[in-house]
Amino acid sequence: MAESEFVYVTYIRTTAEKLWQALTEPEFTRKFWVDTVQECEWKLGASWTLRVPDGRAADTGEVVEIDRPRKLVLTWQNHLFPECEAEGFSRMTYLLEAQGEVVKLTLTHSMEKKNSVTISKVSNGWPHLLASLKSLMETGESLPGTDKWPEGI
Amino acid sequence: MGADVDLVFKALAAPERRLLLDRLRADSGQTLTQLCERMEMTRQAVTKHLKVLEAATLVVTRWRGREKLHYLNPVPIHEISERWIGKYERGRLGALADLKTKLEGEGNG
Repeated sequence: MAESEFVYVTYIRTTAEKLWQALTEPEFTRKFWVDTVQECEWKLGASWTLRVPDGRAADTGEVVEIDRPRKLVLTWQNHLFPECEAEGFSRMTYLLEAQGEVVKLTLTHSMEKKNSVTISKVSNGWPHLLASLKSLMETGESLPGTDKWPEGI
Repeated sequence: MGADVDLVFKALAAPERRLLLDRLRADSGQTLTQLCERMEMTRQAVTKHLKVLEAATLVVTRWRGREKLHYLNPVPIHEISERWIGKYERGRLGALADLKTKLEGEGNG
């Protein structure tokens, strides 16, 4: 394979519009996405920044496809780890598909490079954040530990 | 619907299916043909097991051109572990798992 990629899927009892808000708006991301906020105008070509609580821009990129509330594609470069930053841009996709009372959320993150460090690092964090997102949407509470930025990173 | 807990446990309750998950963990995004290599199972058996894993969303697929690629989706297992493992236990369980790995070597536990 000439690329590194992971595909994660979770089913969440909510609507696509609510899930879109949870994935993009600070009041939600602070709760399940380790107290981070995204700075973006959410339109095609807009710049995108994931900001951590101490003010650093952890990841930056650009909106390359947006179809609210169905699909969002971002380019994504990490800046916290030199080896990730050196790899340049990866590509992250959210796909939201309403299926009856639930929404199927498919998260894909890929990079045109074998054994990408960026993909390896982001693939570790997402299962916990997605489980927390599901909990937040279905019960109003995110999972312990996902509302704070981890110490030492 | 989706990551139904019963479906996840049923899917995990067969060594052949756990082996397929191990193969995808080592290299996610494989075709059926790649998954059948070095397997002591017929292609039909692998297909059947993959269907059970897909029903439990432990395996998700996507098309790239004419190739159907299979990916390990750890999210349902994570949801199950969150159900019974609180935040205070996680650190200690991690330490125990590390100790077990060190003492036993990199076996299949």
